[in-house]
Amino acid sequence: MVKALVHVTLKPDVLDPQGKAIQRAATSLGYDAVRGVRQGKLFEIELDVRDEEQARKLVTELSSKLLANPVIESFDIVRIATSPSP
Amino acid sequence: MLAVVQFPGSNDDRDMRFALKGVLGAETELVWHKRSELSSGTTAVVCPGGFSYGDYLRCGAMAKFSPIMAAVRRFAEAGGPVLGVCNGFQVLCEAELLPGVLVRNHHLHFVCDFVHVRVERAAPPFTSRARAGDVLRLPIKHGEGAYFAEAEVLARLERNGQVLVRYCEADGTPTAAANPNGSLAGVAGVTNEAGNVFGLMPHPEHAVEAAIGGVDGLAILGSLVDAVRGARGRR
Repeated sequence: MVKALVHVTLKPDVLDPQGKAIQRAATSLGYDAVRGVRQGKLFEIELDVRDEEQARKLVTELSSKLLANPVIESFDIVRIATSPSP
Repeated sequence: MLAVVQFPGSNDDRDMRFALKGVLGAETELVWHKRSELSSGTTAVVCPGGFSYGDYLRCGAMAKFSPIMAAVRRFAEAGGPVLGVCNGFQVLCEAELLPGVLVRNHHLHFVCDFVHVRVERAAPPFTSRARAGDVLRLPIKHGEGAYFAEAEVLARLERNGQVLVRYCEADGTPTAAANPNGSLAGVAGVTNEAGNVFGLMPHPEHAVEAAIGGVDGLAILGSLVDAVRGARGRR
């Protein structure tokens, strides 16, 4: 089994009101050093594939077709790792 | 026959049928999303408001994989009129039948209110009952209604007259204060390039009777019904 970790974020030019609200909350807690927060999504995907190369190809397709909307979001495959069979 | 698509989580489907059938007298059927074909003789398709698939992943993102959407796509590509309201607008954007996307309201609040929109272009099949510059008073109720498109896409939409309705003051002036959700350029509704697919966040089906909410929604739904009747007459 191969496990993939995909990070989806709003593109830099898309306003992220949730991130802004989280930043304000951090400031109100006294964390003045927090200058910016962007909220994204993290997907953990388990794959029954031959190898990590096939996993990367599949996850790239899946991310652009489903996990991210290319109009507003970009994605980053954070990690692809083979996990020992149960 | 107008088709109102029912996704799991749609909740304005029956109100839409009431507006089209009960008020405007047009033959209308509810079409379950698992169907792979529209009924023969379908003259228009409406994707209604609601929370299809619980807004999982992104609003409208899951609905585009419903079996009926392949048929809706074929219908739209053949030039058939397709209207999306609120969640239906989100679905049509995610399905790439309309440009752009709807994102979280800039103030993060769910808005439930009446707004004014200016009709930017009066033309069949969606705004033939209005005149350009007319102001409609319609309800909105959404948390993810801020229209976003890349700058060059937005410029193209403006150039082509694809921005069909825009948030405005009661006198028709588009102002930042009249924009309820942070939509770019105050866009409340857009069409595709061909003009036969239209999505908007305000709810015309909730403004069809004087006793509740006014009748301004008929300017849009009535136009669609007129277009459908005209099409039938020509055959």
